[in-house]
Amino acid sequence: MLGWELPPHNSGGLGVACLNLSKALADQGADIDFVVPYESTHEDIKFMRVLSATKLDPLYRYGIGAYDSKFIEDVVFPTINKENLVSIRDVQRHYCEFVKKYLMEFKPDIVHAHDWLTYEAGMLAKKNYGIPFVAHVHATEYDRSGMNGGNPVVHAIEREGLMLADRIIAVSKATKNIIHEKYDIPLNKIDVAYNSLGEDFFAGQYNYDKNSYLYLENLKKAGYTIISTVGRFTIQKGLWHMMHAAAKALYKNPKLIFVFAGDGEEKNELISLAAELGISKNVIFTGFIRGKQLRDIYTVSDIFVMSSISEPFGLTALEAAHHGDALILTKQSGVAEVLKSIMSYDFWDENRLADEIVAIAESDALKKELQEGIKKEYCKIPWEDIAKKCISVYNKVDKHKRNIG
Amino acid sequence: MRAISLYLHIHQPYRYRQYSIFDVSNDHNYWIDHNYNSKQNNERIFRKVAEKSYYPTLEMIERNVRKHPDFKVSLSITGTWLEQAEAWAPDLIDKIRHLVQTGNVEIVAETYYHSLSFFYNREEFETQVKMHLSKIKELFGVEPKVFRNTELSYNDELAKWADNFGFKGILAEGWDKVLGWRSPNHVYRPIGCNNIKLLLKNYRLSDDIAFRFSDRKWSEWPLTVGKYKGWLEMDALRGNLINLFMDFETFGEHQWADTGIFEFMDNFIDSWLKEYDNRFITVSEACEIMPVADEISMPQTVTWADMERDLSAWMGNAMQDEATRTLFDMSKEILESGDKDLIDDFRKLTTSDHAYYMSTKYWNDGDVHAYFSAYDSPYEAFMFYMNILRDIEYRLMLLKNK
Repeated sequence: MLGWELPPHNSGGLGVACLNLSKALADQGADIDFVVPYESTHEDIKFMRVLSATKLDPLYRYGIGAYDSKFIEDVVFPTINKENLVSIRDVQRHYCEFVKKYLMEFKPDIVHAHDWLTYEAGMLAKKNYGIPFVAHVHATEYDRSGMNGGNPVVHAIEREGLMLADRIIAVSKATKNIIHEKYDIPLNKIDVAYNSLGEDFFAGQYNYDKNSYLYLENLKKAGYTIISTVGRFTIQKGLWHMMHAAAKALYKNPKLIFVFAGDGEEKNELISLAAELGISKNVIFTGFIRGKQLRDIYTVSDIFVMSSISEPFGLTALEAAHHGDALILTKQSGVAEVLKSIMSYDFWDENRLADEIVAIAESDALKKELQEGIKKEYCKIPWEDIAKKCISVYNKVDKHKRNIG
Repeated sequence: MRAISLYLHIHQPYRYRQYSIFDVSNDHNYWIDHNYNSKQNNERIFRKVAEKSYYPTLEMIERNVRKHPDFKVSLSITGTWLEQAEAWAPDLIDKIRHLVQTGNVEIVAETYYHSLSFFYNREEFETQVKMHLSKIKELFGVEPKVFRNTELSYNDELAKWADNFGFKGILAEGWDKVLGWRSPNHVYRPIGCNNIKLLLKNYRLSDDIAFRFSDRKWSEWPLTVGKYKGWLEMDALRGNLINLFMDFETFGEHQWADTGIFEFMDNFIDSWLKEYDNRFITVSEACEIMPVADEISMPQTVTWADMERDLSAWMGNAMQDEATRTLFDMSKEILESGDKDLIDDFRKLTTSDHAYYMSTKYWNDGDVHAYFSAYDSPYEAFMFYMNILRDIEYRLMLLKNK
């Protein structure tokens, strides 16, 4: 398994998905070596071996490159490190070297690579050693760039990787279609395996503390509706449209509070947009949060909005559902494919989003039906099924090889 | 004698458009969607169904009436359907009028707006029944004698009301849980009534045509005339009146023309009438000819919908309750306002289809409800509806401040 991050050294959903998938595969009997690009032993992970491709300290570099693919040759790491790695491309080259050395010694049945960062290493395994290569697409460069251009180098790596891969696993039908339409890959080479919540979400060690967001709790008591969104503040997430929709909704119903949880390059822009629209008083920025703080935000919220222009899956929607939120998702979100008890809209349709927010805020019946409906369905895809799906994909690859001879 | 009473129900609602919170107080048009291709464009849907079902089915009836002087059909036609036909296909009304004039086609009474107002506002319910009677008189020159309530919803109280109103007969579902060992193939007397008779749908034989006819997974597919006639004859052994009640759209829309449904009906009618003493009778004829077999009580409401045969597809969730309650809470003020447009909009909002679109009953399973919905989700249907009610509230406020 070739990946770029694992919790706790992750900055988003990719690492969480990789961990849950690996765990479920191991439960199915898979023997996994998982390569990460930084130095960490991940001692809490017992079901597989985690191998470090470099000696980089995860403290500085977790997640970098997994989501922000704009500046891949720029100096993003402190120049003083043991291997003179200063850019993402440097780390990738080193990662490939590591995989090459690994393959001289070990010959896995399958190389399963997650996203463009590790496709080159996957291709290398296939080209040099004939090991079947499965590309798992959590996001494409089109998604990351809000369907607008993106980095041509990344595109080229994705295109080559997807072409060379024996099989492709996409996290939603939406992603499958992007792979088909933008990268010209035949549909019959692509399987869909959705994501799901990890076991830790159901483990029950979480207790909501009313005091963590006392200000929001008091507003709720005064009849306010809390609407939250969680994610990186990048163009992909469509937050600009959401802010405009917030202003429109507030024009119809002033008792709304919007919580923007996360951080990213659009942060300053969003803060000044809220001011320009005259709604700063009703918009709260929490900065980057995780763990209990994040779960408390879900819990205090009435409505969770996923405003993404393109979202391959969107695990946060399931997390919010777990904590009892009513969901409003863009039709461009993969997770909307598997959920029925939701409201949806096209990412550009600010009026519709405002409509939906106001409708839920003003009708207890609608809120209740959405919240109770989603509670019944958000966890209907167990990781076990997803792992089985992956294994069936691995088996297709084997057959394919035998056919060639 | 063995008789079939074939009764078909014709209805189209006025679907409300995607009415936004930003339209409230600015735009009082709820019914006309200017996008012809939208899911809520009533004209497009009416014209489509007319092509597929209304024209060919009326032709099928005409053809058989010409061929067999004894072929009879009963029709119930909602006011909202008639208004749409007047606007977009007036020749349909001419065709029906012509059929009514032959004496072979009878019209059944119901609420003008296809509403469940009986369960919310008795006075408004009676007004809607009277509106329907006068519309039928105006267009077809006849006075219906038999009553059916929306979705074939029925209970003892409704029967009493219809008896007092002067109807000769009333229609209901022949649901096993109520009938027990009794057969739907008799005429019954509703409990506590003196004159009115109750006709019960033979749902198995009706649904063989209405739902299963083209279902290739059905063990009896394909349904041949010989087989179906055999079932009818067997069933007629336990009562000689077979009530086949179904949607008019069964022919051409639920069962497409290419399934052979029209040929099946032509051949079936031929074949049935060929037998000695086999007949088709209208629902009022059934009430006249057939003796009362027993008294029947249905204290709880029974409908012809879903496995439960109840109103849960219209009253099953909080959204439906809130929407209907909000609407009927305003009814007194609206009706007293004297504002004709406002009253008409209110009545169109009582159409039961709207609540049906908000049903979450089978939403997760993606079943028949989703198929029949004009909206992307029940939540969306609710949202637009509530926005319209806000606008109605606003219009009431304007009238008050005048």
